[in-house]
Amino acid sequence: MIGGNIHAMSHTFQIAWLMAGVIVGAGCQPDAASPRSRSGCRTRTDTNTDSESTASDSSVLRLASTTSTRDSGLCDVLLPMFEQLHNCRVDLIAVGTGKALRLAEAGDVDVILCHAKSAEEAFVAAGHGVRREPVMHNSFLIVGPADDPAAIQGIEPAEAIGKIGAGQHRFVSRGDDSGTHQREMELWDSVGGHPTWQDYIETGQGMGPTLIIADEMDAYLLVDMGTWLKRRDGLRLAELITEGQGLENPYAVTVVNPVKHPAIHDELAHAFADFLVSDQAQTVIADYRVNGTRLFHPDRLAQEQIE
Amino acid sequence: MIQEGFADAWQLLIHLDPSVLDAAARSVWISLLAVAAASLIGIAAGLLLARKRVLGQRFWVILFRLGMSVPTVLIGLLCFAVFSRRGALGSLELLYTSWAIVVGEFFLALPIVTTLTHGAILRLDPRVPETARTLGAGPACRVMTYLNEARLAIALAILTAFSRCFTELGIAMMVGGNLAGRTRTLTTATALETARGEFARGVAMSFILLLIALLVTLLIASSGRDMDKVKS
Repeated sequence: MIGGNIHAMSHTFQIAWLMAGVIVGAGCQPDAASPRSRSGCRTRTDTNTDSESTASDSSVLRLASTTSTRDSGLCDVLLPMFEQLHNCRVDLIAVGTGKALRLAEAGDVDVILCHAKSAEEAFVAAGHGVRREPVMHNSFLIVGPADDPAAIQGIEPAEAIGKIGAGQHRFVSRGDDSGTHQREMELWDSVGGHPTWQDYIETGQGMGPTLIIADEMDAYLLVDMGTWLKRRDGLRLAELITEGQGLENPYAVTVVNPVKHPAIHDELAHAFADFLVSDQAQTVIADYRVNGTRLFHPDRLAQEQIE
Repeated sequence: MIQEGFADAWQLLIHLDPSVLDAAARSVWISLLAVAAASLIGIAAGLLLARKRVLGQRFWVILFRLGMSVPTVLIGLLCFAVFSRRGALGSLELLYTSWAIVVGEFFLALPIVTTLTHGAILRLDPRVPETARTLGAGPACRVMTYLNEARLAIALAILTAFSRCFTELGIAMMVGGNLAGRTRTLTTATALETARGEFARGVAMSFILLLIALLVTLLIASSGRDMDKVKS
């Protein structure tokens, strides 16, 4: 009897679920056809022939950028400005630097904003990119457990990395080929090579999750200033080294070579590079603060123009 | 890219790449353990809900059915909150260990096994319990009869749960942390290779995952060779 009851009930439920699915599905339809969809944007541009817009016939710029610029909120300020100026839309793909370079190499994006200088220069040298413009910089810092078992507080970054390695202290690495990971590798190279020991831990994740893992595991970590300032509240990790050689973190915009990839919107990409180094954008970068702290220092403004 | 992935997968397999073997072995044992535990409890719960009058019966049935839709990131998030140093079970130091993933995947598998077992027992021919009772079978004997009659559906329930656990990413990433050589599984490794921009290697990892899934499926299928003839 009970079984029969439940069977009948389950049947009712199946129907209810199906109906709910249909309703939800229908509710989603308008979203799919929102004005921001690609085709909607195209139409707008095609009919807009008498406008003074400098945008090419395809008004979508694909930008691959590091997660730090997205997570810091800077892109939310800069991209709408550019979109308005050029009557276009910017699709931001926030990924690690390694992946950004791969996407650019395959011609899947028009322009990249990254922070791995040597990798970007190699990218341009290999003919994948045509133009690289320094935009802004901030710094990395080394954080770790407050009791600092490796005694690295305030010493030179390379020396600190050497001490952590020699003492086999717990160290958490991004291990994901991102700009931050590449910088960490450069620091290891400066003290004689890539380490492996029991407590050298590779997360293979972004900066945010890696920071949480380091905090939970009481480990040392190289972190970018933007992520640290945004996330440090509630963490037990302490700032140990905030300046020194090897901690500078330069961001640059690189335009992908249009010759190799005909689908690239190079006109808009160049316009984007011009925009980022313009006084207008540079001032926005200089004025951008999180919790009262400046996250990025513009590279193209004279010193007296800042502040 | 997919062809490259095939080639890469082949290379990784024939060279028995240690990092891949490590991740694959971890994926297998974590999923097997989670599904084994979930099967023990889930089959019992499914049987109970189907054959006995239980307090809050409808509630439990709906709860388990709803449980099948809980996203893995939510399970991961809840497990993280519990196992974090600031969490209720933080003192166990389970966060970022494979055991934390086992616990999370157990809660992923449990509703699947329970719901599908429950459905399988309900769908049994009503003559089965009647006959068993008439022939004087005791409770234990009747339970064995039900399980035996529904064994194809129950095997599929276990296989479904295994597939979900073996291929899930949210829990392994959140409470495992994708730590190289410690908690890295095939799915988190795939996510990492993708994030690195090593797309072909990511595809290769997924091929290896599918290959293992195929082996497990064949294993379960061969363990019940006569299953698809049960009704005829």
